Amino acid sequence: MSLSAYLLVGAVLFVCGIVCMATKRNGIGVLMGVELVLNGANVNFVAFSKYTQLGLDGQIISLFVIVLAAAEAAVALAIALNFYNNHLTIDVDRASKLKG
Amino acid sequence: MSSALMLSAAAAPGGSVLFVIFALAACLCAVAVVAAQTVVRMAFWLVLSLGSTAALFFLADADFVGAAQLLIYVGGTLVLLVFGVMLTASGPYLKIATSPGEIILGAVVALLFLCVVVASISGVSWPEPQVADAGALQTTAGNTLRPLGLAFLGTRPDQDLADGDQLSPGYLLPFEIVSIHLLVVLIGAAYLARAKRRAVGT
Amino acid sequence: MILGVQSIADFLAGITEAIAPGKGLQYVLAAVIHAVLLVHAFALSPAVFIWLERKVAGRIQDRLGPTRVGGLFGWLQSLADGIKLVQKEDLCPPAADSLLFRSAPYFVCVASFAAFMVLPFSHGWVAVAADCGLFIILAILSLEVFGIIMAGYSSGSKWSLFGGMREAAQMVSYEIPLAICALVPVIAAGSLNLGEIGGMQRGGIQNWFIFHNPFAFIAFFVYFVVATASCKRAPFDLAEAESELVGGFHTEYSGIRWSFFFMGEYASMFAVCGIASILFLGGWNTGIPPLDDALYAARNAGAAGQGSVIVGYLANVLGLLVFVSKASVGVFVQIWLRWTLPRLRIDQVMTTCLKYLTPISCFLFLGATLWPLLLATAAQRSTWTPEALGVRAAAEIRESAAATAVPAAAAAQPVAGSAVQARLDATTEGAVQ
Repeated sequence: MSLSAYLLVGAVLFVCGIVCMATKRNGIGVLMGVELVLNGANVNFVAFSKYTQLGLDGQIISLFVIVLAAAEAAVALAIALNFYNNHLTIDVDRASKLKG
Repeated sequence: MSSALMLSAAAAPGGSVLFVIFALAACLCAVAVVAAQTVVRMAFWLVLSLGSTAALFFLADADFVGAAQLLIYVGGTLVLLVFGVMLTASGPYLKIATSPGEIILGAVVALLFLCVVVASISGVSWPEPQVADAGALQTTAGNTLRPLGLAFLGTRPDQDLADGDQLSPGYLLPFEIVSIHLLVVLIGAAYLARAKRRAVGT
Repeated sequence: MILGVQSIADFLAGITEAIAPGKGLQYVLAAVIHAVLLVHAFALSPAVFIWLERKVAGRIQDRLGPTRVGGLFGWLQSLADGIKLVQKEDLCPPAADSLLFRSAPYFVCVASFAAFMVLPFSHGWVAVAADCGLFIILAILSLEVFGIIMAGYSSGSKWSLFGGMREAAQMVSYEIPLAICALVPVIAAGSLNLGEIGGMQRGGIQNWFIFHNPFAFIAFFVYFVVATASCKRAPFDLAEAESELVGGFHTEYSGIRWSFFFMGEYASMFAVCGIASILFLGGWNTGIPPLDDALYAARNAGAAGQGSVIVGYLANVLGLLVFVSKASVGVFVQIWLRWTLPRLRIDQVMTTCLKYLTPISCFLFLGATLWPLLLATAAQRSTWTPEALGVRAAAEIRESAAATAVPAAAAAQPVAGSAVQARLDATTEGAVQ
């Protein structure tokens, strides 16, 4: 329940998000990794808001992060749908047309 | 009925037990997201992980942020992601698997990174937790609604009267910018994702 | 012993101090009592309303409905149905994703149940007195969508998938006008705390928020229609349309798993009608001025220890009965609508939401925001009622802030307050000079 415990949870969420983004071949899976990363950051913000002098600012910033993450997920999903419509697959390893 | 018991959730004697439960749930479900084989199962574990994170927010006296997490993230973004999964499915429960070598490499790098972060966290001596001065707005634990609302309107009652003569600007400008940003982003996303003729074969 | 205490907490403190010192056991016992009460509320309301639905459906269709189990009116029919469903075979289709298939009903059930946590049943009778209670309810009710999607997708059958996708699209779309219409009385009240909103409407039927301004009056009916749609009730029940999709998203479910979906549906019907009655119809206040004032005085006297605790408790019980009957009238109207109106097609459902109800809700929101400005410029008042809303609002906010004060913050208050006071004195002196 101390600050370090919250930061540890945030770190685990962040690392799981990074691994998800790096290893998943499904485009939507990569998006889920992004959501985990942003959640790890949010846990950090709220923990600092509670346990240090950051106060209300931490909660306000985490609200902004939540809203902007939703917007970013919408755009990323639109791009993924476009990719699927053009290539009939969502496998990110197949997105190699610009390869040299 | 509940009046004498409405103390801060984390200060309650059961608070640390609840924290351990939800922290474990969040972490284990995040690991399950990485380990799941199908995308829909990944979404399922992600919902549980984000719900546990919202519970952690409630325990940290951030009621509004926790409710916003549930409403926007779980009830909105994840539903959007699951719709995306359904629209891009190539077959029933198709598994796009990664090779074992990549899995091991990813796990090693992740564990190293986690060790670095944990070492840096435990290396800092954090200051003692202090009850933030609420200034003219005497709020109780978790009741952050009015201070948050006023901060978004441009005033900071918890800072303006307690500190010097500088009036803090609040968060009105970022609030307006984010509103316009959301409008633009959603119009753009709807335009990008409009129904077009699907490519015939590959 | 129970007559001399002010609350369940004091009662428990008296008992647990003898068994185990400290607050741990007291908290656990209080949590268990709250949970048991809420589970009973959550489980009994579907039992009663399913029976009511079958009787009302029967009468509308010129027949009697259940008349055998439990006497002349068949009021134990729900119990018989429950026993039948529990002893059915629990099957999971081979093509189904078994983890998701088995866990989907619990999402829907837990989302409906959690709405009861912040719903005040009478003055002060709320499990979690959260300052953003209405926001928490809207957030939790939006979790049901995920359960529906899981159920539809993981069943492995095309009827379920179509029904699940339609249902998810419908519920997600109807959340927008639901939230906007629920905000219209919040604009009038100035608080998201359901306990405060209900308490502000005491003193007579003219104080109910449905009569606060014309936009709130229309917003009540729009909210009721939208709440009916978000509970997937007819005429918006394409997802479970028996004649078209076999069973929609719950086609492959049987026995107790199917009944979890229906418990969730009827419980959320009661929850949204309860929210409507708190936001618009005065909550637990009777609406008769002398009776309201007498009950309010009795409650306060009982809570402060000056009057009789029993009379204060009975005043709260009367408030509970008033609240439950208002919510039940709302559920009865929803049942009546189901058996009267024909079903809408899915494109009609989406058109109604996106092209009609959402712009109407936005217009009502704008009107409710501009209404105080109009009243202030035209009539130099803040509300059309003789007594201003601010008097009751201030009393409610002061009471809820006092009830939930943290002792540590209260101890720090003199220090912060004196700094604030010094600053205020300096500025006022400057202004006076």
